[in-house]
Amino acid sequence: MPAESGSNHRPETGAFFQRDRTWHPPALTPNYKTSVLRSPQKAPLAFDNTLSEIAGPVFGHAMLGELDADLIHNFARPGESAIGERIIVYGRVLDERGVGVPGALLEFWQANAGGRYRHKKDGYLAPLDPNFGGCGRAITSEDGGYAFRTVKPGPYPWPNGPNDWRPSHIHFSVFGHGFAQRLITQMYFEGDPLIWHCPIARGIPDKAAIETLIAVLDMQATIPFDARAYKFDIVLRGRRSSLFENRLEGN
Amino acid sequence: MAQSLDRLRESPSQTAGPYVHIGLTPNFCGIGGVYASDLGATMVNDKTKGERIGLRIRVLDGTGTPLKDALVEIWQADTDGLYNSPAERRGTADPNFSGWGRCPTETGLCTFDTIKPGRVPSRDGSLMAPHITLWIVARGINLGLHTRLYFSDEEKANAQDPILTRIEHSVRVPTLIAKRTGDIYVFDVHLQGEKETVFFDS
Repeated sequence: MPAESGSNHRPETGAFFQRDRTWHPPALTPNYKTSVLRSPQKAPLAFDNTLSEIAGPVFGHAMLGELDADLIHNFARPGESAIGERIIVYGRVLDERGVGVPGALLEFWQANAGGRYRHKKDGYLAPLDPNFGGCGRAITSEDGGYAFRTVKPGPYPWPNGPNDWRPSHIHFSVFGHGFAQRLITQMYFEGDPLIWHCPIARGIPDKAAIETLIAVLDMQATIPFDARAYKFDIVLRGRRSSLFENRLEGN
Repeated sequence: MAQSLDRLRESPSQTAGPYVHIGLTPNFCGIGGVYASDLGATMVNDKTKGERIGLRIRVLDGTGTPLKDALVEIWQADTDGLYNSPAERRGTADPNFSGWGRCPTETGLCTFDTIKPGRVPSRDGSLMAPHITLWIVARGINLGLHTRLYFSDEEKANAQDPILTRIEHSVRVPTLIAKRTGDIYVFDVHLQGEKETVFFDS
């Protein structure tokens, strides 16, 4: 896997900033019932990153297909398209220093416009859309930018409480430059009242942290008579400069 | 008031949920035709250097029941201890080995065909024992879990490994050691309980 990104400067090899685990949801969030038996109860072992955490796989733009970032068309029959509110989701992947992260692989998945996933375990009443698969991917540009086209996913009920509904959301999986930056999260939509009822979103203790997962409508980026646009930036762990550290072995 | 550091905060994690396979292994879950193949499904080819091994990994909840909706990713060095990554400055890793793989646990078991990694130095230059990094996500896991798999036939190296020797309660060290039978290593990840795996904050 050749490193395409940042090819004219030396790759960074510093350790990543300590993760602020109070900003993330704790492992045990009892109102999200599945976490009860799946949450570690002992303290995690802390240590400064070694090369095993600092290094990470890199994915080249060459692996992408033409429609990978177009969920409206990438599963649709020729000449057809997915049903739903047409939107563009765009933004940047940054690190905690505010630096754009180029070459980051983003993978997305979501329910269709009715709130139904194309998955054998999803039995919700809303129908499948024969033209919607629900997955897509993109790799960030030199400044960390990405964009994809999709339909707005619908909210749906889920078996947690007797009447719990997930807000509309898109799942994001992100690879930065080091395996310690690996992150999965969810994007919510501005103005959705279900966010504040959701046991998964509210597993995040700080309201300000939840708000960083809410994409904002951007009328300036809409395509008139085609699609509205939502902006969603993602922040990965920052990294220390290795300039003032003891040289890593072998350098 | 002093100057501001102007740092951003990491995006908070959210669970991968029960349908993570739609996004990360769509061909595996029946969504064909979007990607040619699932990323990370194959780690080795005919030219990959090193000893071929298989991993059999289970992830078990607090009742001892294997998870069938988890996804496990692994990341490792090549047979010479080099990572296939731009951050690897000590040499060039085997071009026929990506070092990264992913596998769903739909049957309660996930399997990887890979090679045994070489030793990688720690920050002070001393060699770590051969190991594979694991990252586990699933419904009910709010932040991806990071740990390592070490090898039962590397007793001497394991005894000196800077991470394993850092574990305060040595009775927990075996939770990170996969047992070898032939060319297969078997590894159970216990999310909680008596045998809870040592997870990392690194």
